[in-house]
Amino acid sequence: MWPELVASPLFGIALTMAVYLLAQILYQRIGSAWANPALVAIVTIILLLKGGGIAYRDYARGGDLLLFLLGPSVVALAVPLYQRRADLWLHKRPILIGIFAGSLVSILSASGLAWLLDGSRAVILSLAPKSVTTPIAISISAKIGGVAPLTAALVVLTGCLGAVCGPQFCRRIGIRSAAATGLAMGTAAHGIGTARMFEINRLAGAVAGLAIGLNGLMTTFLLPLLIYLTGL
Amino acid sequence: MVRGLTLLLSFQLCGEILSRLIGLPVPGNVLGMGLLLIALMVGWVQIKWFEEAAEMLLSNMTLFFVPAGVGVMVYGDLIAAEWLPITVATVVSTFVVMAVTGKLAQKLEAEESNDVA
Repeated sequence: MWPELVASPLFGIALTMAVYLLAQILYQRIGSAWANPALVAIVTIILLLKGGGIAYRDYARGGDLLLFLLGPSVVALAVPLYQRRADLWLHKRPILIGIFAGSLVSILSASGLAWLLDGSRAVILSLAPKSVTTPIAISISAKIGGVAPLTAALVVLTGCLGAVCGPQFCRRIGIRSAAATGLAMGTAAHGIGTARMFEINRLAGAVAGLAIGLNGLMTTFLLPLLIYLTGL
Repeated sequence: MVRGLTLLLSFQLCGEILSRLIGLPVPGNVLGMGLLLIALMVGWVQIKWFEEAAEMLLSNMTLFFVPAGVGVMVYGDLIAAEWLPITVATVVSTFVVMAVTGKLAQKLEAEESNDVA
């Protein structure tokens, strides 16, 4: 009975939602950014699966259904963008230049550091699109010769790091404007950073959402060009 | 709610079709976002059809990322073998990108409001 239940999509969905719900309650109780519900839920689920000897394949049957909802969520980002279009248009120059710089710095710093530290070609290429939203990063990574699932993992780790430390880090280095904070979070930490921004400020969330799409587009074009130029 | 979700999925589908037609590694959902934005601007669709479904999806976006993160467990060996470049590059690069993007945008924003004033 047990293996049959574990292999059904119900298991992955119920486990993910239950652990996430508990992680959210924990986050509200503790109030520390380190108790980020995504991070806590991911670590807890991995430990539970490992502890219970459950294969990732079995978990993914349900997990993938939740992951699917990321698709329409990205489409839905058009709604806050449309609602805030006047604000965004007003700040179009800082937004576009900021995202362009962030996209370039992200590719160069991630792959450059990995190269300096003797990372393999597969790891360097998998790291290059790490600040881009999961669906775009996976497509880019596969196209340029990275390991797509490793990229997916690095994207989520980057997002968690940004969501956990980002708002405080931005305040500490003197970024006060909501739009600039949202832009930094969306460009560096894609959807997870954006989800965090929506908790704090709607305008910052809308800007972060715009940054996801634009950073994804810019990286799509910049990365193949940079690989061609550096001959990697 | 059903209308909003159906339309969001339809825009995603149009984005997927477009993505295949142009042959670039731009995912269909991002193109779908662009198409929906255009449709809203042009007035083909009304924002109120989408508000409820968008709010439901966007306020729970973090949950949908959890299964992607759990996928890390499959790559434990590769991550263990190259943990140093992976960790340093991920952590340092994330903060550098945030600092550069945020600082630059804030500076340009301040210059603009000075120009206006």
